[in-house]
Amino acid sequence: MMPRATIVALLGTVGILAAAALAPWLKFVLTVALAKGLAVMGILLLLRAGQVSFGHALYLSIGAYTVAFLRPAVPDLLVLLPLAAAVALGVGLVIGLFVARYRDIFFGMLNLAFSMVFHSLLEKLYAITKGTDGIRVFRPTVAGFALERLPYEWAVLGLALLLALGLGWLAARFLVSPLGQALVAIKTRETRLEFAGVSARRVLLVAYAASAALGGLAGALLACTTLHVTPHLAYWTQSGELVFIAILGGGGSILGPYLGSVVYELVRVYAAAALPDAWQMVLGAVLLGIILFASRGLWGLYEDLVMRGWRRA
Amino acid sequence: MLTSTRRHVLSATAALAVPALLPRSAIAQRRPSELKVGISTFLSGPASVFGVPGRNAADLLIEQMNRAGGIGGVPVRSIVIDEAPGVDFLLGECRRLVQNEGVDAMLASISSGSCLAVAPLAEQLRMPTILWDCGTQRIFEEASYRYAVRTQANAVPEIVAPLLYLAKVRPDFRTLAVVNQDYAWGRDSWAIWKAAMDAVKPGVRVVAELFPRFGATDFSTEITRLLALRPDVIFSTSWGGELDTFIRQAAERRLFERSTFVLPLAESSLERVGKTLPEGVIVGARGDHWFLHPTAKDTPLLRDFVQSYRSRFNLYPIYPTFHMAQALFALKAAYEKAIAANGGTWPSREQLMDTLRGLEFDHLTGRMKIREDGQGLEPMLIGMTKHVPEYPFPVIDRMVLFPPELTMNPIGTKGLDWVRLLTPAAVQRAPAEIPYRA
Repeated sequence: MMPRATIVALLGTVGILAAAALAPWLKFVLTVALAKGLAVMGILLLLRAGQVSFGHALYLSIGAYTVAFLRPAVPDLLVLLPLAAAVALGVGLVIGLFVARYRDIFFGMLNLAFSMVFHSLLEKLYAITKGTDGIRVFRPTVAGFALERLPYEWAVLGLALLLALGLGWLAARFLVSPLGQALVAIKTRETRLEFAGVSARRVLLVAYAASAALGGLAGALLACTTLHVTPHLAYWTQSGELVFIAILGGGGSILGPYLGSVVYELVRVYAAAALPDAWQMVLGAVLLGIILFASRGLWGLYEDLVMRGWRRA
Repeated sequence: MLTSTRRHVLSATAALAVPALLPRSAIAQRRPSELKVGISTFLSGPASVFGVPGRNAADLLIEQMNRAGGIGGVPVRSIVIDEAPGVDFLLGECRRLVQNEGVDAMLASISSGSCLAVAPLAEQLRMPTILWDCGTQRIFEEASYRYAVRTQANAVPEIVAPLLYLAKVRPDFRTLAVVNQDYAWGRDSWAIWKAAMDAVKPGVRVVAELFPRFGATDFSTEITRLLALRPDVIFSTSWGGELDTFIRQAAERRLFERSTFVLPLAESSLERVGKTLPEGVIVGARGDHWFLHPTAKDTPLLRDFVQSYRSRFNLYPIYPTFHMAQALFALKAAYEKAIAANGGTWPSREQLMDTLRGLEFDHLTGRMKIREDGQGLEPMLIGMTKHVPEYPFPVIDRMVLFPPELTMNPIGTKGLDWVRLLTPAAVQRAPAEIPYRA
């Protein structure tokens, strides 16, 4: 299974690079998709523990606004990204102390509450954040080089791909580690985990902090791609979008989030191009179709269709 | 999906092959077989009350334009995108329009946040862009753009004009309360009003600054406070569903009988709220836009537009339709002027942008100019509501057309600083009122 996932990951990488080279406008869409895939991977870690966060846009926006505020002082992309992840990690640890005590709907709603508070702050602290108009981010340098638009776009896409591959590999390792297995145990039977001497709260806190850092990194990548951040990034629809992508992609593999986000962005773009008035309906129909006919998401669909074929052959 | 995939692969192949051989300006000078115009607007969400009429106006006007030979003999085709999902989606869509669909010009955005994000992208992609509806004055004050112009006024005159009007028709007001939506426009417009009011009419006491959340559906708390405070004037730049609800709830509780309302965006709500909105309310339209415009009402251009818009969409045109018309008429005028100056050959993008700057063009309600910095100059129509038997909703009476010289800050100044330099004498310079005529 593992080597096959690696093959799929490499094929996906080649596919993304080929698409970006053939259709220049797709570079942007795919970079956004990869960035969101990182955040959805964070959602996936929590999903393993059976917890759904309806507020992960909080970390997306923290990452993005960290970049927006620090860009004048810190001009380089390679410094901004870890900084954004670190800030999100810090906030995630603090908020995690509270939310890791809760499960299920309470966990989800508490996350939603924190993210909406932050959204309101971004809107209300008008003098600092410029409100809904947002902040312009000037194109950062990459490793000290001030790149033109085209090489810069390639650099960010390449970086997003590397991060997706590297962190995806790391997350896959994490999930098979004892700590990752403990996450699954929270979902199946938490009491047994506690009897085994493992603190469920601490396990969830670690996963939560990791997912926050991933969200922050994703937000920073988004800010460096769009070069303009608005409080809309913290709005609950963005959190919903991340959960939507997680369901679309499927939780069976670490590749699910990326598969989901690439398909999501492409469906949205093509739906908006074909039916500018009703693209939301197309997205809704796609999700309904997935829920009804492939409850394990696109990755589940892929497993059913391809892996079974391999096994038979 | 299949066809568009094939199309983008084909165009991508072409895009890879051609630019390597030719400088870009040479491509731009070929006369295209059709002129593709990308339009970003709100097709969903609360701001679709402006976005959909804007799109409808574009459909109608482009159809009429094409029947009359298009722009410089080239038919126009619009590609509309939804700006509601946020900046990351909108910027992706703009790239798609420019790099895949190969649009020749963009008409960008209602939201100021969208425009602030699109203008720098236009610069990077060298895409001629007309900012067709967004209002923030920040765009041309904080940066200068070669590839973006705006074919309407901005927040500064949109707020200064109703203030001058209020000071003219009700010079005795002493107290004022504000009820604005809690987002950038609500905050910005209040900052401009407050600064300008302190300069034009010092000593007015602000008794309440209320910023109900964006998207609020209940204003009973605000109305209770306003009933208790009894301000002489209530100022609100709210729009859309929120303004409609606020008007209905305020009318229900007779707030209109106690205070004079100043609603600079209410022209767009008149038909929806009907005669719930009483007489004597000061209303504006973000420019000199009204289907019964006092000086343009009987011109064939406006009369035909109102008639065909009504027969097609069963509504009276509101200000975004006028803004859309201004953007399209400016595009047409600029292309044709540049073609003429070029001796008949198709202009490059840069020539088009140079022509747009300083361009004077006719539109539905008169003639307007785009300033050298890219900012459009248009008069502001402010008036007072009046109930007449001919229409099931209030009409605008006692209209004043404020010229841009009186309400717009000059190039190189910041609007918010400039309004502080206004003097009470500015009120006296306002033109005479024009009464409503059936």
